[in-house]
Amino acid sequence: MEELFAKPEIRKPENIVYKKTNLMIDRPLSYCPGCGHGTTHRMLMEVIEEMGIQENTIGVSPVGCSVLAYDFLDIDMLGAAHGRAPALASAIKRLWPNRFVFTYQGDGDLAAIGTAETIHACNRGENITIIFINNGIYGMTGGQMAPTTLEGMRTATSPYGRDIATMGYPLKITELIAHLPGVNYVTRQAVHTPNHVRKTKKAIRKAFEIQKEKKGLSFIEVVSNCNSGWKLTPVQANKWMEENMFPFYPLGDMKIDGKLV
Amino acid sequence: MGELKLMKGNEAIAEAAIRAGCDGYFGYPITPQSEVMEYLMAQKPFERTGMVVLQAESEVASINMVYGGAGTGKKVMTSSSSPGISLMQEGISYMAGAELPALIVNAVRGGPGLGTIQPSQADYFQAVKGGGHGDYKLIVLAPASVQEMCDHVKLGFDLAFKYRTPVMILSDGAIGQMMEKVVFFDQIPRRTDEELMKECPWAAVGKPKNREHIRITSLDLDPAGQERVNLKLQAKYKTIEENEILYEEIQCKDAEYLFVAFGLSARICQKATDLARAKGIKVGLFRPITLFPFPIQQIAATGNRMKGVLVVEMNAGQMIEDVKLSMGSKVKIEHFGRFGGIIPSPDEVVNALEQKIIGG
Amino acid sequence: MGKFQGDIVINTERCKGCEVCVAACPFSVIAMSKDVNGKGYHFAIKVNDECTGCTNCGTVCPDGVITVYRAKVTTE
Repeated sequence: MEELFAKPEIRKPENIVYKKTNLMIDRPLSYCPGCGHGTTHRMLMEVIEEMGIQENTIGVSPVGCSVLAYDFLDIDMLGAAHGRAPALASAIKRLWPNRFVFTYQGDGDLAAIGTAETIHACNRGENITIIFINNGIYGMTGGQMAPTTLEGMRTATSPYGRDIATMGYPLKITELIAHLPGVNYVTRQAVHTPNHVRKTKKAIRKAFEIQKEKKGLSFIEVVSNCNSGWKLTPVQANKWMEENMFPFYPLGDMKIDGKLV
Repeated sequence: MGELKLMKGNEAIAEAAIRAGCDGYFGYPITPQSEVMEYLMAQKPFERTGMVVLQAESEVASINMVYGGAGTGKKVMTSSSSPGISLMQEGISYMAGAELPALIVNAVRGGPGLGTIQPSQADYFQAVKGGGHGDYKLIVLAPASVQEMCDHVKLGFDLAFKYRTPVMILSDGAIGQMMEKVVFFDQIPRRTDEELMKECPWAAVGKPKNREHIRITSLDLDPAGQERVNLKLQAKYKTIEENEILYEEIQCKDAEYLFVAFGLSARICQKATDLARAKGIKVGLFRPITLFPFPIQQIAATGNRMKGVLVVEMNAGQMIEDVKLSMGSKVKIEHFGRFGGIIPSPDEVVNALEQKIIGG
Repeated sequence: MGKFQGDIVINTERCKGCEVCVAACPFSVIAMSKDVNGKGYHFAIKVNDECTGCTNCGTVCPDGVITVYRAKVTTE
């Protein structure tokens, strides 16, 4: 198809200022349109590329939407059982102390079935990085209630809205983790606007630098959308996220250099 | 030449692990096998050989730590007892699916449920038929002495890496707790990272520029792909059955009757054999050492020469199913078992032979 | 006197039509095509000459389908 408004004089290799990193494998992502997983994957890979640590990085993927993360990230990876990624990562880091080790987990994986593994890896101060995508829903299985589902939020298993009396409270696991002494750095970010994406990348870079300096565990929550699960368009979902998720899950650093902010 | 020591079975497991060049032990305390981790912590293998020893928050975490370590090619293990092994089935199934080498020790105690802390063999089915979900097998070694506890650690690691499969040592509370002489093999150095990468090109150790990235997983959403995974596993189990069967025959040559027993029950049957022979009953003992692969042909050949076979187990009758499948229906096969943590006496076993087989 | 001019190349076959880039562009350079790609998505297209190469669209695109160019152009 003929492309209008192309500028051949600008469109030269030496003028490239942004391009998907080659550490993202060149295949279509399995995520829904507008999903924050793809963006977070790319930021993670940009950090690994910029630090030149592809050869020294071992990742652990979860069960959930990002179960296939190892098909997209051009690094060695292990697929964990549901919730167990921090256990795998703890062992890997202890057996390979000079490798960069991270887990990539969703809210069901990290804050429900894997709560014990998460809390204890954090509490031991494992020198790893945990990247936690919180979209308040089980995306992969079709939009069921997650530990982080907001009060009143409708999901496939809370069709009339999350009722606190019968279904319990949404879990602010990141706040809990920030209080554990083994954890060095805790932050909550987002990836729905360019500025948020850039901040998330900086947070990931900081986390990997902390790992390099063997200063303890770093924990990055990314509040993200699940437009399929929320039954909104991607742009509507991002707006809904700003209006509903961010007040309950406020963005920003919670702990820096082992000190609560 | 090896080193002679007097030691508990569980301690022998731990000492053998250090000497076998084990890279990491991940466990959670449970009676009757807590001595494994206690011994390791006291011995400071992290200073002796650089081995990692970590007390996890649960058996679920332990086995998944083993999964993580195994996926990076490290020589890793865990130990537990029945209720803990039940919790580990998830991770064991994942490791079987992802074809990872690991060593798992089960000091079996009486069940079901929390059961008892006394010895039992009631986890035979769980160990040899897979245990977790999916079509898979573990190589299962059944030590009958503290010496074999030691030897099976080295053998177990060798088999685990030879076939890229989890291996289980099916011990029990008694063999774990009893003290015997044991001759240890000399220290085998832990592999360097370079040696590991050469031996385990499949391991996720970090991706160099010149190779494809490695994905350790048991997931294949394409049914045709998952069937191929299963066919490959089944082919591997067939090779294991063809090559790795271990068993022992005691006083079988002139025997008219046969005990079939593994582990602690075999120890009891050995004494029962002597008692019965003193009474003029010509009985022998067939002891499978590998429970998978099961010595099918060997039991059939020996068992079918007999007038009758008594399968003695500390359970309600589990291995007897495999003995019957091996032998067919030509010869009478009966079961004698005590369970819930009761260890049968040799006299009871002779009695059972007389009543169920000879007089029955 | 010089000013920056930019351009973008969109891998339209990989675009999933989420429109996040449309919202992120400060100069309304991007809109959705009426046509659909092989996967059935209305893909993003460039609709004017205002691009400055700010990289917002490329940064925010979940599927990483946008390459951004930027160069200083001297004007008389």
